[in-house]
Amino acid sequence: MPPVTRPAIGLRASAEALTGGLSPLLVAAEHLANSALPGAHGRRRAGAGAEFWQFRPAGASDALTRVDWRRSGRGDEIFVRETEWQAARAVSLWVDQGAAMGYSGARERPAKAERARLLAMALALVLLRGGERVGLAHPDFLPRAGRVQAERLALALSADPGTQEHANPDLIASPPGGHAILFSDFLGNPEPIEAALRLAASRNLRGLLVQVLDPSEEGFPFDGRTRFESMSGHLSFETLRAGDLRSAYQDRLAARKDLLGALARHAGWQFTTLHTDSPAAVGLSWLYHALSTGRRR
Amino acid sequence: MLTLGAIGFTTPAILAALIALPVLWWLLRAVPPAPVRRRFPGIALLLGLHERDPESQRTPWWLLVLRIGALTALILALAGPVLNPRQSEPGSAPLLIVMDGSWASATDWPRRIERAGQALAEARREGRPAAVALLTGPPVAELPFRGAEYWLERLPALSPQPYAPPPGLPEWVDHLPERVTTLWLSDGLAHEGRAALHAALAARGQITAFEPAGNVIALTAARFEGGTVTLPLRRSTHDPAPASLTLAAIGRDPAGNERELALASASFAAGATDTDAEFALQPELRNRITRFQIVGLRGAGTVSLTDDSLRRRKVALLGVREGTEALALLAPLHYLRQALAPSSDLIESPSIDDLLLAAPDVLVLADMPGLTEAETQALLDWVESGGLLLRFAGPRLAAAGSNEVPEALAGQPRDPLLPINLRAGGRTVGGAMSWGESRRLAPFRDGTPFAGLRLPDDVEIRAQVLAQPGPDLADRSIAELSDGTPLVTRRMMGEGQIVLFHVTANAEWSTLPLSGLFVDMLERLSVSTRGSAPETAELAGTNWQLEARLDGFGQLHPAPDRPALAGEALGAALIGSTPIGPELLPGLYTGSAQRVALNATDSRTRLEPVSWPQGTVVETGLARPEQPLAGLLFALAALAVMADALATLALGGRLVRAAALVAGLALMPVTPANAQEAPPLDPRAIEATEAVVLAFVTTGDARVDEVAQAGLRGLSDALFLRSSVEPGAPMQVDPETDELALFPFLYWPVIETSAIPSAEGYARLNRYLRSGGMILFDTRDAEVARLSGTTPAARRLQAIAAGLDIPPLEPVPSDHVLTRTFYLLADFPGRYANSTVWVEAAPADAQRAEGMPFRNLNDGVTPVVIGGNDWAAAWAVDDSGMPLLPIGRGMTGERQREMSLRFGVNLIMHVLSGNYKSDQVHVPALLERLGQ
Repeated sequence: MPPVTRPAIGLRASAEALTGGLSPLLVAAEHLANSALPGAHGRRRAGAGAEFWQFRPAGASDALTRVDWRRSGRGDEIFVRETEWQAARAVSLWVDQGAAMGYSGARERPAKAERARLLAMALALVLLRGGERVGLAHPDFLPRAGRVQAERLALALSADPGTQEHANPDLIASPPGGHAILFSDFLGNPEPIEAALRLAASRNLRGLLVQVLDPSEEGFPFDGRTRFESMSGHLSFETLRAGDLRSAYQDRLAARKDLLGALARHAGWQFTTLHTDSPAAVGLSWLYHALSTGRRR
Repeated sequence: MLTLGAIGFTTPAILAALIALPVLWWLLRAVPPAPVRRRFPGIALLLGLHERDPESQRTPWWLLVLRIGALTALILALAGPVLNPRQSEPGSAPLLIVMDGSWASATDWPRRIERAGQALAEARREGRPAAVALLTGPPVAELPFRGAEYWLERLPALSPQPYAPPPGLPEWVDHLPERVTTLWLSDGLAHEGRAALHAALAARGQITAFEPAGNVIALTAARFEGGTVTLPLRRSTHDPAPASLTLAAIGRDPAGNERELALASASFAAGATDTDAEFALQPELRNRITRFQIVGLRGAGTVSLTDDSLRRRKVALLGVREGTEALALLAPLHYLRQALAPSSDLIESPSIDDLLLAAPDVLVLADMPGLTEAETQALLDWVESGGLLLRFAGPRLAAAGSNEVPEALAGQPRDPLLPINLRAGGRTVGGAMSWGESRRLAPFRDGTPFAGLRLPDDVEIRAQVLAQPGPDLADRSIAELSDGTPLVTRRMMGEGQIVLFHVTANAEWSTLPLSGLFVDMLERLSVSTRGSAPETAELAGTNWQLEARLDGFGQLHPAPDRPALAGEALGAALIGSTPIGPELLPGLYTGSAQRVALNATDSRTRLEPVSWPQGTVVETGLARPEQPLAGLLFALAALAVMADALATLALGGRLVRAAALVAGLALMPVTPANAQEAPPLDPRAIEATEAVVLAFVTTGDARVDEVAQAGLRGLSDALFLRSSVEPGAPMQVDPETDELALFPFLYWPVIETSAIPSAEGYARLNRYLRSGGMILFDTRDAEVARLSGTTPAARRLQAIAAGLDIPPLEPVPSDHVLTRTFYLLADFPGRYANSTVWVEAAPADAQRAEGMPFRNLNDGVTPVVIGGNDWAAAWAVDDSGMPLLPIGRGMTGERQREMSLRFGVNLIMHVLSGNYKSDQVHVPALLERLGQ
């Protein structure tokens, strides 16, 4: 929970502010989540779950409490009721909290961070509704199932952005064998991403790299003498003719996407680029399908 | 001065700075525009990139052009550019500007001033002294030759005068320097004495005459002929081409604002110098006209003032009040109508109020004594403010006279509306029953209004009313009979006068109304006007005050400080033998009883064009004026700099933000300093108008007021229960202070001590009665009255009603509509019964409708009902709705109370629905018609 380090006096006030910001995000995400059908993660074998799988004759090792007396009462044999194994997936979400994500190229477009949070929250709601365990890629935020987790996620996602230009994903706490979904613009240093993917591969994590970009970052619609500054203000770059740099920039952006795609492919992940000017539902739909196709059998 | 084509530069040296422009061009190109700051997350991808040609990003070419343009405009502006520079020939002689300054030059006065300004500007450049002489201005002994700046400052203050320059050689000519260059701003007319002045000036140097092309047009006095107003126009012969003009008749509209009342056009045929404009106007409109003016032209010559000769006076005749239809030829007003109708507008009404509302000039009372006090006062006020009250004697006036003389000694006539006190009875001379012959008129004395009128032989006076002898009788008498008894007396009062003819206005007492002399006498009294200007002989010995003077531009100004003018001088000016000049200004002159307009131009005004002698340079148009362009260029430079600022903002992407800031500042709401507050509504008025509210007039006696209130409450309750009238709670009113118009009905209990309303209260009450209100007067003493005939309360009521506008009354006739508006009633009891109730008398010609038990009385609600039955006591209920006072005995009393309530209901129905029930007479006929 973010306010842990805050002074005690500001705790209540900031909690109010957080809950104030919480509802719209949750509602918007609910709205989106309703449009996607949560998949059943039935494993088609007996195991822990709610769905009926089969009756089998009770063995010696079966506890008496597991005997299904209604089925057993029809005959002489004693049956045990088995349910289908429904292993819930553990999904770790990571949304870049860096200042760069606060960028929006135009007034009518949401900031990248806003869109990323919305997508993450919506995805989390869909997953939670499907019984999955969802958490943040953060040591304090292990994946859990349930409605309460949605509230906690919403709280955590609406936390203030950091002052850093880009945050680094930390998958050390993600449960091995689960999924990780990283939202960022991936325009910063690619090294931490690479490191994170390497770690993920070692921990048998599958996942998605979701690059959220503003259209102006793709099109570079600038011209004339321009002094570019990073969102946090640490970096600046001045050019006399910004228009001249357009193709060079676009080349570099394409190279960065190629790099990310290659990284993802090598780690068995998937990579996509979503834009803030396209509807969020499109992004959610891609995420949903990417997750369901990438499901383990 | 450096001249390039049509443009010259006063300080060409500054143009050298233009050389610096290419340098500036290079400098501006070298400095790129300020960078745009942008936040951009993708900066990491940009680091290390390089533009292809870092030098080529420069100030856009159009911005460069803008800046260079701004600087060029600035340099050019500083160099003092002048459009159409005047290449003046160097001359060192002093400049003399001679201006005619007459009425004829007013039309294009600004051009003359501009020409003079040009000449003075030239003289200033060359350092020549200058002087300006206005020929119509006050005479000066010596012209001050000064620097041209001095005259340039004074130039706008010069204005033309409404007369021609004096014919004599101005005094200053003798003191002119030896060499003088003259600019003569002529008005285009050959005024008298011009040749001499020209010769004197030509001897001293070159004369340039400035004379704008175009005709001089002069308007002369309007004539009224055969129903139309004719305005003769004249023009000079400068330009014989046909021309057409529009003329406007200007006067005050009924709201008192001056505006154009009518338009007419006039056109000059080719070569013609005279034409007429004709206005066909209604008398009402014609009386309003104060002047005629040529539309679009200025100057005293284009204005023609109107005076009394064009006005038709409004004469009000107080009609006969009783509906007695006498023979037309015996009617007192017949001869007056005949005499006045051709030359005046007649208004006739039996109501003095109506007549005074029409604001007549003259009000005629023919044998009409016994006006009420209020009417007398209204008439006196009207006379004081300038009205002429013309009275004629008659048998009734003679009967109203008195032989007592106490008041006559004080100099105050008994009847303030008579010029003198009359003796009772009058006298008859030369009748069948009298000795002696009928009298003739004595010749009119000098100094009376009738002086100079010829006496016809056949006017004889058979009867007259006689004046009480008194010290002021001789002064007031303005016409006498041959035996010295006054025939016409007059008393001046305030601004108005009262005139009494001691004979009747018809031929009963004299043959005067049959003679032409009667018309002439009326004319002399300004009762009617003949429509001609006064003749010189008539003006002799009179004094005239200039009321409004006409200036050179044709505007009227009040002239309160002018000395009075002798009639002879005015007469001479009117026939044109004396020229109009500074002592004899054109304008409106007011005499004792008449107004005379003296126009700047008349049919004798000379309109010949000037013929300039050889050697005079004549300019007809204005040369294209020098126009300094520096201001324009400075403005251009400033605009360019502002555009540059905007462009720079736009280039930096900050334009939108700056615009938003400016817009935000501009849209800042400004709270109005003094918000207007609606006047609060009187809660009483709201209460009184939310429902029908019965009201009673307070008497000052608490018990009477209480009973009246309770009575109206009882009546209101009865109305509420029995009819669709649903009155609110009754209210009490004081006619002195409260607005009465809110109440349809007033109950007025009269007691011995009731206060008599003040004048203001009477005004309110009369307005109330006249606008449809009804008052029920109740003396509450029927019991006593039946025994004694009159009572103190009845006397009080008489005193109160004296000032009220109450029509003739009669006891309620059995067919009065009051008997059937709701209930069928035979009598109108209150607490007492069987006393007479009075209402407005029915007109004498009311006829019984066929087959109906009542007469056909269709119009009007009686404004008053007067009785003494103490109705309020019978109606009165207490708070629980039970009768407050006992009435009569037992069931009979209750029956009387019921009848009394029925009377109340009928009364209110009569007030509210008028004679609706009376109109029901026609229902059978209507039904019959519908059936077919």
